[in-house]
Amino acid sequence: MAEHSNPSTPERGSNKVILDVNNISLSFGGVKALTDISFNVREHEIRAIIGPNGAGKSSMLNCINGVYTPQQGSITFRGQTFSHMSPRQVAEMGVARTFQNLALFKGMNVIDNIMSGRNLKMKSNLFLQALRIGPAAREEAEHREFVEHIIDFLEIQAFRKTPVGRLPYGLQKRVDLGRALAMEPSVLLLDEPMAGMNVEEKQDMCRFVLEVNEEFATTIVLIEHDMSVVMDISDRVVVLDYGKKIGDGTPDEVRQNPEVISAYLGTSH
Amino acid sequence: MGPFLETLIGGLMSGMLYSLVALGFVLIFKASGVFNFAQGAMVLFAALAMARFAEWFPALLGFDNKVLANVLAFVAAMAVMVAVAWLIERLVLSKLVNQEGITLLMATLGVTYFLDGFGQTLFGSEIYKIDIGLPKDPMFLFDKVFEGGLLVNKEDLYAAVIAAALVIALSAFFQYTSTGRALRAVADDHQAAQSIGIPLNRIWVIVWAVAGFVALVAGMIWGSKLGVQFSLSLVALKALPVVILGGLTSVPGAIIGGLVIGVGEKLSEVFIGPMLGGGIEIWFGYVLVLFVLLVRPQGLFGEKIIDRV
Amino acid sequence: MLYRENGQFKTSYAADQQIFPIAQDRIGILLLVAFAIVGVPLLADEYLFRAILIPFLILSLAAIGLNILVGYCGQISLGTGAFMAVGAYAAYNFFVRVDGMPVIVAILLGGVCSTLAGVVFGIPSLRIKGLYLAVATLAAQFFFDWAFLRINWFTNNSSSGTVSVADLSLFGIKIDGPLGKYYFCLGFVLVFALLAKNLVRGHIGREWMAMRDMDVAASVIGIRPVYAKLSAFAVSSFIVGVAGALWGFVHLGSWEPAAFNIDRSFQLLFMVIIGGLGSIMGSFFGAAFISVLPIFLSLVLPALGNLFGVTIGTALIAHTELMVFGGLIVFFLIVEPHGLARLWSIGKEKMRLWPFPH
Repeated sequence: MAEHSNPSTPERGSNKVILDVNNISLSFGGVKALTDISFNVREHEIRAIIGPNGAGKSSMLNCINGVYTPQQGSITFRGQTFSHMSPRQVAEMGVARTFQNLALFKGMNVIDNIMSGRNLKMKSNLFLQALRIGPAAREEAEHREFVEHIIDFLEIQAFRKTPVGRLPYGLQKRVDLGRALAMEPSVLLLDEPMAGMNVEEKQDMCRFVLEVNEEFATTIVLIEHDMSVVMDISDRVVVLDYGKKIGDGTPDEVRQNPEVISAYLGTSH
Repeated sequence: MGPFLETLIGGLMSGMLYSLVALGFVLIFKASGVFNFAQGAMVLFAALAMARFAEWFPALLGFDNKVLANVLAFVAAMAVMVAVAWLIERLVLSKLVNQEGITLLMATLGVTYFLDGFGQTLFGSEIYKIDIGLPKDPMFLFDKVFEGGLLVNKEDLYAAVIAAALVIALSAFFQYTSTGRALRAVADDHQAAQSIGIPLNRIWVIVWAVAGFVALVAGMIWGSKLGVQFSLSLVALKALPVVILGGLTSVPGAIIGGLVIGVGEKLSEVFIGPMLGGGIEIWFGYVLVLFVLLVRPQGLFGEKIIDRV
Repeated sequence: MLYRENGQFKTSYAADQQIFPIAQDRIGILLLVAFAIVGVPLLADEYLFRAILIPFLILSLAAIGLNILVGYCGQISLGTGAFMAVGAYAAYNFFVRVDGMPVIVAILLGGVCSTLAGVVFGIPSLRIKGLYLAVATLAAQFFFDWAFLRINWFTNNSSSGTVSVADLSLFGIKIDGPLGKYYFCLGFVLVFALLAKNLVRGHIGREWMAMRDMDVAASVIGIRPVYAKLSAFAVSSFIVGVAGALWGFVHLGSWEPAAFNIDRSFQLLFMVIIGGLGSIMGSFFGAAFISVLPIFLSLVLPALGNLFGVTIGTALIAHTELMVFGGLIVFFLIVEPHGLARLWSIGKEKMRLWPFPH
């Protein structure tokens, strides 16, 4: 996998905290998905969340996004604390995400899917859009240009007018990433971006993730199952198991944590 | 007090009849996840078949006994409904397996139109009578307590009893038999049920045939009351709010929904109607359901829908 | 290759985003519009105008409105007839009660009233989805059926329950006779089709389609479900209301609430399904299909009957119409759920490759 600078160098370790998860507890009816989870994310870092299936990783991202409202706890983003936010507020604060099961807009083509990510930035009202004059027309062209840069970056130019439902899985994942990038986020939540990919596709996706992090200075929170990816590209790791946090630190620290080892390899409980 | 109780009882009984039609909807939805808009058309088709067979058999076979005619007509109409069920499964449902609910709803809308046209082509488009011997005279109850007694329509009473019996039988069927369990599995997930070996096609034919049976009973009762004519298929539109109110998957819900809507309609027509110009029955049920759905989007007894991402 | 489309490169995004980026399509559409404006009046007779062309135009407009709600935004509505009625009766009241009210303004105001009704009855869509929403929209249908029948103010206290309009004129030119009515409707249709197309390819259109395809993901991107759904109801009801006013004023002349009953709602839904959900062009296809079918059947069936020596009465033709409608709905849903519009684009793709198979 790609080379990455030593995470314990001072530059990254001393960045300020951009996202703080405080004592989040989430349950659905009788099922406790998350119990008292706290961790922070520093600016510009790549933070991985790992854990066995069902550990509550996606639920954690959903809480950060405002899709689920936790019963207890709060989230602090850039110094402002919230116990409950709507997805739109989170999006306006600069948080974007991709989805484990894609959640692309199957009825639209690649360009329209990524353009939908520009939605927050498009301001012209209904009447101007209906007439397609002045600001409305300019907006469409300007944002289209931005989207084309993203398409170039993700190397999907040949597919821009294809309906996304017809694309192979790996390319759909890229479109999902493109849609999130279109929001120009300061924090990017990636939910298993490499799931179901072969080695080459994973290398491509890693390359994209690293470039986004280095060139656009985007903070990345990443759920991933592939341990080699996690160990190679992340700065710090949070480990969840059965909704509880069992590890938090650099990849090396976490790798040697006995609780983490037993969670993954299993011991007699 | 007297008029209020009369209206109430009248409402309860007409509500029972709505439940009967609603039951057909719930059956099919419970078992196949399909919202069968064509239920009303099935009621009309079944009623037409019964009415015409009851006319034709005596003429064709040369006998005069009304009971025999009715029994033969019932059996023949039931056979027709089974055939209809089989055809719908073959030509429509099996081709649309695992499509979205809306697609299936539209397909049943198409089936509605088709059955309406086909039924009238086969059986004619005039008004026909069904006479199964339900007494049509009124009874007067409790005439010691209320002056003149409470007017109760005997026909409605018989109908309500029949409907109640059918509902109880069907509830038991779903809860306690293995076929009933298989039906519930199919309603949850077509493909999963198929993958554990449940014969989807046969199950669907069974369900639609049972719904056809319910439609036939409903058609008989309504037809006996109102005569068999095209407007019978509009009875389904009256039953829709009942189905939604009770929640699409609940048999007891269909009963309670029917009673609520039946009573609500009658009471509102008598006590609120005059203030608004009358005729509010046509929308009362729907507006009531609208407000209930705003509070509980899944109906009174339906299952809550959780969106997972 | 029936005609060459390649080699047409665009040098600006605006050029790439036009409604018809391919030159042949542009020319084709311009020819079609020119034919509609000049050719049709030369070739059509009065019967064709009254029975087919004018209803087709107005129903296309209503279908475009419904398509925006059902096809683009994914909100099922079974109450379209009611919103047409609101547009018609509102326009009627403005026209009749306000002295010197120009017809076009009355019609547009009818659309505005329909918008308000649409937004009110669209509020349930914020909580209710799918089948439950379909039934909720029926509440609108039956409520307005009753309102326009029983509340006398709406019909200007007409004793028969029927209302009628006469003496329509535009800037002093009388709109009577089939040609005038045809141009009047054609004008509305061309303008509204263009506005609708611009909306669906703008960012509100993408919001609608996002809500339709995956509403949770849409909210994560920052789309507000309330705004997206209610704007769809608003725009859709406006167009449908204008169509309703045109239907009453221009096509019927005098009408009663039954003209906008549940059968009308189903008819429009069929048009949109058969024509193609999520396609402006499809709305036209569907309207054409449904407008022409009854006439087609009433000509063909008796002829077929004569072939076999059987007389086919009008009742049977009416029943056959029902069967054919129903059968076609099922057929399209099974074979091509995206309707005639998809068949059209598949056909064009095949034409591009012809005579090669792929």
